[in-house]
Amino acid sequence: MPLILPLLLAVVLFCIGVYGVLARRNVITLLMSFELMLNAVNLNLVAFDAWRINDATGQTLAVFVITLAAAEIGLGLAIVLLLFRGHGHVDADAARDLAEQDELVEQEKAT
Amino acid sequence: MTTALFSVAGAVALIASLFVVTSQRIVHAALWLVVALGAIAGCFGVLHAEFVALVQILVYVGAIVVLVLFALMLTKAPTNPLPSLTTGRSPFAAVVAAVLALILGTGVVLAFGNEKIKPVADGSAQAVGTQVFKTWVLPFEVLSVLLLAALIGAIALSVRKKED
Repeated sequence: MPLILPLLLAVVLFCIGVYGVLARRNVITLLMSFELMLNAVNLNLVAFDAWRINDATGQTLAVFVITLAAAEIGLGLAIVLLLFRGHGHVDADAARDLAEQDELVEQEKAT
Repeated sequence: MTTALFSVAGAVALIASLFVVTSQRIVHAALWLVVALGAIAGCFGVLHAEFVALVQILVYVGAIVVLVLFALMLTKAPTNPLPSLTTGRSPFAAVVAAVLALILGTGVVLAFGNEKIKPVADGSAQAVGTQVFKTWVLPFEVLSVLLLAALIGAIALSVRKKED
């Protein structure tokens, strides 16, 4: 089996994740796109492990990344629920509490 | 044989993940995520990383997607199609993703275009466990501390204040 096959699959999956992060509005769909990107990384780790190393190092790191993803989604969804409780929406574009004050004033002038 | 199996699993993963980022119903996107993650678990299985495949199904499909579905439920996500789910800048996002794919893909083809892999059966829990407790003990402990920190952080974030 050519090594290029899993690597290209990982590249395309990662770029689909990038598209999702840039184009989606709902915070939960952003988190789903993050999961796709992390999975592309895992695929790379496992493919390189099967290519040359063959001592399960890449697989161990893939398991570590899966653990990290679990921690990330837990914290992320807690933040999402907090956002929903405070604002009543989960729109990433409308959550502008941390925007710079000048920018907000300019926007208010424009509208 | 492995190439054919991997191609099928990879194609399923690709199509499902495209639906994840383009579906107008947010619950459908979450369910397509199950298909995509399961197909990637199949890819791991073809590469003889059976333990990683099982962990992927347990943690991703079993825990993370359920968490996402709970979050959708708790944020009152609508089940009808929402065209506003994708912002107006999606063409730019598509261009960025395509250019990135082109650059990364060219690099990968140039670097590893002729390499072959012969997956050998080394993905048992024993092999991974030996690696974890022989070479990667310190990262393993750091990860457990990180999980504890994430747990405490999630509790601290979601606890309600008295005055609310």
